[in-house]
Amino acid sequence: MTTNETLAQLSNQLVYASMVAYAVSTVAFAASLAATKGRDLAQTSAPVSRRSAKAEKAALAAQEEGSVLVATRTEAETGLGGPDDGSAPLAPGRRAGNIAISVMWLATILLGAGVLFRGLSVMRAPWGNMYEFSITTAFAISLTYLIIALRRDVRWLGIFVVIPVLLSLGLAVTVLYTDAAQLVPALKSYWLVIHVAIAIICGASFCVAAALSSLYLISEKAERRSAEGRPYWGIGLAKRLPESTKLDGMSYRTIAFMFPLWTFAIVAGAIWAENAWGRYWGWDPKETWAFITWVGYAAYLHARSTAGWKGRKAAYISLVAFACFVFNYFGVNIFFSGLHSYGGV
Amino acid sequence: MSEDVTERTDAGLSTVPEDVDAAAPAFGVRGWFRWAWRTLTSMRTALVLLFLLAIASVPGSVFPQRGTDPAKVAAYLSDDPVKGQILDRLGMFDVFASPWFAAIYLLLFISLAGCVIPRSVQHWKAMRARPPAAPRNLSRLPEHREVVSDDAPDDVLDAAAEHLRSRRWRVDVDREQGWVAAEKGYSRETGNLVFHLALVVMLVGVALGSYGGFRGNVVVREGSSFANTLAQFDSFAPGRGFDESSLAPFSFTLDRFTAEFQRGGMQNGAAREFSADVTFVPEPGAAPEKVTIEVNDPLVVGGEKVFLVGHGYAPTFTITDKAGEIVYRDSVVCLPQDGNFSSSCVVKVPDTTPQLGLTGFFLPTAAVDDIRGPHSTFPAPDDPAVFMSAWEGDLGLDSGAPQSVFKLETANMTRIGIEAMRPGESWTLPDGTTVAFDGYVRFASFAVAKDPGKELALAAVLIAMTGLALSLLVRRRRVWVRVSPGGAGSTLVDVAGLTRSEHTTVADEVDELASALGEPASSTDKQEEPA
Repeated sequence: MTTNETLAQLSNQLVYASMVAYAVSTVAFAASLAATKGRDLAQTSAPVSRRSAKAEKAALAAQEEGSVLVATRTEAETGLGGPDDGSAPLAPGRRAGNIAISVMWLATILLGAGVLFRGLSVMRAPWGNMYEFSITTAFAISLTYLIIALRRDVRWLGIFVVIPVLLSLGLAVTVLYTDAAQLVPALKSYWLVIHVAIAIICGASFCVAAALSSLYLISEKAERRSAEGRPYWGIGLAKRLPESTKLDGMSYRTIAFMFPLWTFAIVAGAIWAENAWGRYWGWDPKETWAFITWVGYAAYLHARSTAGWKGRKAAYISLVAFACFVFNYFGVNIFFSGLHSYGGV
Repeated sequence: MSEDVTERTDAGLSTVPEDVDAAAPAFGVRGWFRWAWRTLTSMRTALVLLFLLAIASVPGSVFPQRGTDPAKVAAYLSDDPVKGQILDRLGMFDVFASPWFAAIYLLLFISLAGCVIPRSVQHWKAMRARPPAAPRNLSRLPEHREVVSDDAPDDVLDAAAEHLRSRRWRVDVDREQGWVAAEKGYSRETGNLVFHLALVVMLVGVALGSYGGFRGNVVVREGSSFANTLAQFDSFAPGRGFDESSLAPFSFTLDRFTAEFQRGGMQNGAAREFSADVTFVPEPGAAPEKVTIEVNDPLVVGGEKVFLVGHGYAPTFTITDKAGEIVYRDSVVCLPQDGNFSSSCVVKVPDTTPQLGLTGFFLPTAAVDDIRGPHSTFPAPDDPAVFMSAWEGDLGLDSGAPQSVFKLETANMTRIGIEAMRPGESWTLPDGTTVAFDGYVRFASFAVAKDPGKELALAAVLIAMTGLALSLLVRRRRVWVRVSPGGAGSTLVDVAGLTRSEHTTVADEVDELASALGEPASSTDKQEEPA
């Protein structure tokens, strides 16, 4: 089967067009964040990591005494939450935020068409090499974010999602670019569709979780510092974000949801490897780093329920685990040779 | 007081194990043993072991490993013997089979078992016990609603029990005290325990596979056959418990190997299609079948599988001595050296005096330039040629020292000529011997493997994944309903809930239950919740 060059060209142009739109969206998200008034950090309750088990019980007890409103207070104060009812004038930053989301939709539709035409040009799933994997992952990250944005107000998160998307696309079109072509025999299997598609979804979600963990670390420190009245560069940013405990919870839920899926990605890879290479696990560098990533996220989930490790330390573990994922994605193909080195690099 | 309420009502609700600080041990062997066991089975130790496991895996990807690439390990050892020897002593070329790696994961699994087994017993008891009785003051719980019903207290309790049972809560009713207690989401802890136990079973499956299985490699040229016996393998790695007489008695002949490659574009020369057409005989005397083996489509024979793992070229040489007698005629397997299949060939002719040896290259698409010398520019045989050197002297085959068929020992030989040939050409050496390059056939390399533990490992890992999903996605929660007589024949109903799963809430369920049981008691509500 040959490559349909017209569609392949069209796909490349769509990817470039989407990058322009993502860049515009980045600027709008930045403007939105800058214009937001923000909340008063000093009012935030004590950060999780500094609470002992006893303090946590006390906090729970306090909540029992009646301050149930704590959880609902955040949205009103960040100036970002709540539906647009159209009657009240828009809070500062909301217009820019809305523009950013709309432009991001446009960018994502362009990118989605780019991914689709890339697949159609060779009549197969468009994730057969690192270029295709990168553009599909970028598409998955954006789409995940936009779907969440339909139901919740996450405009504050936008810039931290669009930047990795742009980075991923930038690397894809420069370093990783490969012409549309058929697959090597090892990849001709329906497991490619399953195994790689799940890896893409996991990559997209781990990226979002890592962004949330980083924001948690900044926000948590900012809350602590402003309660102590000491300066910290992150205070200005943290003011415009939800409470640190909320960020931590979002990051946790993302990882808790993705961890079984990542396990399945590895298992699907093992089943495929058994059918292609005659062994389900052979400590190939890609397998080794997938295992290290898995152990990293397992450590994160355990750390959250270990005294002395919750909070900041757990967040650092989640960042290390994400670094392992990224290294597995780029580093293993570039530095090591193994059975997975058909990425076109 | 409020602390007591929570402590009593959330007992066993969390999946988080109690984090007991291993206190200084009491003196004596028993004390030390207990301390060691407690430390080993603590969550903190498990966490440290997980880190160690991740870090210990890293050198396995940095250094070449004997299990996957023995040739690279040998090259490393000969390039840098001093560093190589040190690394080898440390097990860096065999990370995943090294004692220190085994020590980490065995400790981790002991730690896991020591934590999970007692918890399983505890959980088993908890599942059969009644949900904990309702606390006296439900308003102290994180989720609390108060409603008023016109029904009699007993009817409210029945309605509450019915409501909860139909939603598959485990329900306990105490009419005398006037409460209903219910609990749901036991599968969170069940899933958590199943996940960890299934990992142990998976490890057993892995061990079973490497004990009772084998893996062998064989190169087969077009027109040649392979019978599945130990002697015919080029390399064979059996597990300790593998019985060679259990090898399936099949054989096959490689009729044709086809390969297609990308022509033009950025991926010029990339493989596109491999297939090996074989005539397969399941057992001696059985009818032969035509079968195609492809990369993702192995041949399955009972518990064994035949995989297509590689391919290359085998040029055919006919060597005739000066008397006109044929001293050698064979297709010799040449090892591919690069992506374009520049392949190195060695021919040994022991039956002449002096003995004769040929070394050189088979190039499927031959080209010569000043920098790279003779090399191939495309993997398909568009313009095949061989570039050979001839050597005479002693091949060293009689010394008894083992020799590789892919390497010519030239210590006791002298080079007598060098020549390039295309198919059909021949070359006369100074002593009158002629070397004819008749053409080439392709060869395919196959791996035959058996892993009797893989089904167990797969089943275990599927169960583990189910358990994992339950343990991360199910919420464990408790609700209570307490009734007390209100004014004018009405009943005051308190509904409360508690969950300890991270970042989850039982509020929706408490709301639903409360609104099913009565109308909001608006006036009392405001009094109870100070702003």
